[in-house]
Amino acid sequence: MDLFLILNPGTLLITVKCCSDQPKVRCKMTMQSILITCSPFSPVEHNSQLGNSSRTTRILCWIMTGPKNLESRTKHIRETWAKRCNKVLYMSSVETDFPTVKLNVSEGRENLYWKTIRAFQYIHQHHLDEADWFVKADDDTFMVIENLRYTLSSLDPEKPFYLGRRFTPFIRQGYMSGGAGYVLSKEALRRFVKGFDSGNCTHFSTLEDMALGKCMETMKVEPADSRDVKGRQTFHPYPPDHYLVRQPPRPRPWYLLYDHYAPVEGPGCCSDFVISFHYIYGVQLYVLEYLTYHLRPYGYKYRFNPDERIILKTTTDTLYEPTSKHPIDRFNNTDYT
Amino acid sequence: MLSEGGYFMKGMAMGGIFCLLLSLLGSFRPGVESDTDSHHHHHHVQASGRDELRRFSDTEMQKLRNQVQVSCIIMVQPKILAYWATALDTWSKHCDKAVFYTSESTKALEAHDLNEKDDWTRLRKALKHAYDNAGELRWFFVAQPTTFAIIENLKYLVLAKDPNEPFYLGNAMKSGELEFVSYDSGIVLSYEALKRLVRVFQDEDKCPERGHALWKLSEDKQLATCLKYTGVFAENGEDSHGKGLFNSKSVERLMADSMQANPNDVVAGCCSDVAVTFNGMSPNQMQVMMFGVYRLRPYGHDFHDLLEFKAPEGSDND
Repeated sequence: MDLFLILNPGTLLITVKCCSDQPKVRCKMTMQSILITCSPFSPVEHNSQLGNSSRTTRILCWIMTGPKNLESRTKHIRETWAKRCNKVLYMSSVETDFPTVKLNVSEGRENLYWKTIRAFQYIHQHHLDEADWFVKADDDTFMVIENLRYTLSSLDPEKPFYLGRRFTPFIRQGYMSGGAGYVLSKEALRRFVKGFDSGNCTHFSTLEDMALGKCMETMKVEPADSRDVKGRQTFHPYPPDHYLVRQPPRPRPWYLLYDHYAPVEGPGCCSDFVISFHYIYGVQLYVLEYLTYHLRPYGYKYRFNPDERIILKTTTDTLYEPTSKHPIDRFNNTDYT
Repeated sequence: MLSEGGYFMKGMAMGGIFCLLLSLLGSFRPGVESDTDSHHHHHHVQASGRDELRRFSDTEMQKLRNQVQVSCIIMVQPKILAYWATALDTWSKHCDKAVFYTSESTKALEAHDLNEKDDWTRLRKALKHAYDNAGELRWFFVAQPTTFAIIENLKYLVLAKDPNEPFYLGNAMKSGELEFVSYDSGIVLSYEALKRLVRVFQDEDKCPERGHALWKLSEDKQLATCLKYTGVFAENGEDSHGKGLFNSKSVERLMADSMQANPNDVVAGCCSDVAVTFNGMSPNQMQVMMFGVYRLRPYGHDFHDLLEFKAPEGSDND
């Protein structure tokens, strides 16, 4: 189904090109008075139905940590969000009963990329078949795994994708912020490891996130758009107050300079279904856990219901026209309402 | 004979002086700002549990839901303008009616200027004004903008309670013999309680307008004293598990306390899922709180609450 012409006497003529170039994405088309709208997500199922019979999205999380942070930071991650990963590994330079995995890398900022390389190699060697998606987080990252699962459910883990908070500089296709956490599909992980095996990828820099981004580009892994259907960010490299507090119109503050997609300040910054915040330690971790999973306004009907609601657009232009051929880069402009 | 009479007179005199002293001390008692405000709650009001609510039919629930309307009385001052502006932009939007009463006018924001510098007198005037203009509203929430409130949870607490009964709820504390609701975590009054309060305002002996002259009681203790005369007593607002809903501390403070007290169960040991108020947060933290309360959640979790509250019109941060 490509094109629909709706003629409604006396009102609007709208043409719709609906989801036809998105191979694995189900399309929901409904009529609401004079507007036909498109929702790229299936209203019924969000579990991937790609070839296999219904299987849930399996996520393996690995936390970049070290001996001196286990008590002060990593312990609290273990008490809170790490439990929601299908599998979690704590990567360190020392093996302990925490339990931590010993990578043959010393601690220190300059070794972060070595740690990342060794961690992914370890996971590829020992745990590849246990998950579909592989998440890296720091020991001061807070993640909401259910929301990660939701975002990933419409993507094929056998395709080379990776997601996170997309940054622009240094790498042509950009790279994902390390602090905000990033996710590799199973195919992306295979290619990363193959890159190092073949020498196509090297340890050319100690900047872990940027260097990994270069390897992704070299191995033709695509950066996917992690924003929600309203174009709001899900991965955040800083705590919530950096984004949510209302600001007068101003040039980008320093912590938003690298953003690939034009950042929004104030309530429109962030998706309801946030995936991560960074620089979250101790008390703050539990506070976010409480706000996300416990404290709620009783009976409140949330405004944002991507399953129920139809995404209404009221222009007479084509409602959905991806500017790139790739289905993933949905919003290639800054006008999203 | 004379010596016996002398002893008798001395005895009488001592007894008399002793009695006088006792009665003077006794009348001083309520004024003492006790450092040992305790939390023994002889009176408490709990939110209705699921079983209790399930007993109502759908139409009964609808009726209850439509009837529980909250009038917010927010006491502001220009010196806390940032909090005032934040309350206006955040939680107060969820009140069915929100009126800001100020100590003095400012060009920056609009409010009812009660033209009254004395805190207690100003509170009295605000309460009287709210009562006179109550209309259909039957529940009243009094707070300063330094408090953050979740009005839906307040409605949930009083949902099945009759506002024609006197309710005076919040974070109930004790100062000596007086049990009072702490101002900084919000005060809830039913229509009947407010009605009795406004009536006793006219009694200068029981409830003087300028407060007691010799010592200055804080407004919340004055309020409790006046209400006590009308037979209305402070009650601690709790969820169906007995956890307090009105907090004089911020989420952060409470969580830090819980990390010390319950290191193996920090979040569960901290605060209620349906907490109504927190205090001690900065204006920026309140903006983050709006997101945390009204938007941030894990996809796929459904609480199956037994009634529905709609989001307010024309608001973009909830």
